[in-house]
Amino acid sequence: MKKEMNSAEMARPKKWQDVPMAGVAFGASAEAVETGQWRSIRPVWDSEKCISCLLCWNQCPDRAILTDENGKVSGIDLFFCKGCGICAHVCPKDAIEMKPEADFPSDSGSR
Amino acid sequence: MPRREIISGNWAFAEAMRQINPDVVAAYPITPSTDIPMKFAEFVANGKVDTNFVTVESEHSAITACVTAAAAGARVMTASSANGVALMHEIFPIAAFFRNPIVFGLVNRSLGAPINIHCDHSDSMGERDAGWVHLYCEDAQEAYDSAILAVRLAEHKDILSPVFVCQDGFITSHSFEAVSMLDDETVKSFVGERDADLPLLDVDNPVTYGSFAMSEYYFEIKRQQVEAHRNVLKHYDSVARDYESVSGRFYPKLDKYRTDDADFIVVVMSSASGVVKDVVDELREKGVKAGCLRIRMFRPFPAADVAEVLGKAKAVAVLDRALSIGGTAPLSAEVKSALYDAGAHVPLQSCVYGLGGRDFFPQHAMEIFADLQKGNIRAEERYIGLLE
Repeated sequence: MKKEMNSAEMARPKKWQDVPMAGVAFGASAEAVETGQWRSIRPVWDSEKCISCLLCWNQCPDRAILTDENGKVSGIDLFFCKGCGICAHVCPKDAIEMKPEADFPSDSGSR
Repeated sequence: MPRREIISGNWAFAEAMRQINPDVVAAYPITPSTDIPMKFAEFVANGKVDTNFVTVESEHSAITACVTAAAAGARVMTASSANGVALMHEIFPIAAFFRNPIVFGLVNRSLGAPINIHCDHSDSMGERDAGWVHLYCEDAQEAYDSAILAVRLAEHKDILSPVFVCQDGFITSHSFEAVSMLDDETVKSFVGERDADLPLLDVDNPVTYGSFAMSEYYFEIKRQQVEAHRNVLKHYDSVARDYESVSGRFYPKLDKYRTDDADFIVVVMSSASGVVKDVVDELREKGVKAGCLRIRMFRPFPAADVAEVLGKAKAVAVLDRALSIGGTAPLSAEVKSALYDAGAHVPLQSCVYGLGGRDFFPQHAMEIFADLQKGNIRAEERYIGLLE
């Protein structure tokens, strides 16, 4: 039976008693972790060049390639993207270019 | 029906495992604990248990399989000794951290080198700080009873810690003696079914074990383990009383033998306490107020209780079956620390005995008591039975 997630379990614990026992991470809790902060280079996707071959979607280690209801590439989830550059490397159409984060001073890209 | 049979310490432990019928046993044999998985493998082959018996290629793999099975929610047992225990060293703190209630038959044997198959406590003492509960048994009966009791202790919701049930290699593990055993149904109902917290196999409530915990939370999770061990001290007696209600046998944390009015007390663990108790009786007949304090629970260490027993004695000797080369032997260090905290400055002689299976005779215990009576106590540790 699925238990209700205790919000204290998901929030930042303030006392040792509140840290989850055995240091477990609860299911899907990684979805709340903004790994996009680690990024130093950012993938910029060009919808004109993209043929939605999904090589990038397949290879992305962070599930950061977004797709629409038809299964076509629709963008990049910068909340998760760590900027590894695999997507740009595997793209057969050069539709993804890695650019320095310094080029986007006012835009973290996150939600 | 309850039975009384002539069996060895290892067979007694294996028989308890048969009755507990754990979900998973992963083991790799090593002398002198080999009999435990060997005997248990027979039970598996003959359909006497439902256990998934995992044969692996090393002790490291054995304990790793135990950890993952326990995290999945299984009731898990295994056994090992000496360098096998040492090879498992990396995984022991992980088992304790994951709060895996594994019950482990640790048959004490000296750590090589030099290679030696006989008893001392250097193997388990190397795992002193791993976060496991340590119980040291005097005889085969106690090893049998402790295996069953330990399941309930380990799985207690306020504890959830793995437990070493230690017995002395060969002296206890291979000696045959009369052991009273419960009937299967009594054991089955005493241990019940494991009700695991946060099991990996609960797919509706998925959890990840083994995730990163950096400087933000590592400390806090360790503090939780400290609390679990405080809870062992708090709840142990009630589990032991429950066991007494089905078996008629009660095992306290500390076995106080004629210590109530004793002037001279020898502190010891495991099988050698039989020798010391015998000598205590002899000395009592001669009017010497001698006593023996056997430490059954070494982790968590019942420090306040130990200080209470020893605090009024005129002199105390602590017998360690392990060295801490360049420092104080482990049991001595604990006892001294307990006395310091209690403000009791009792003259104390540290003695190391029985390394590599060196015999410990009644005459040795006699001499230790004689030195206590004479006030012949030194700061340096003494080596009992050493060629010198």
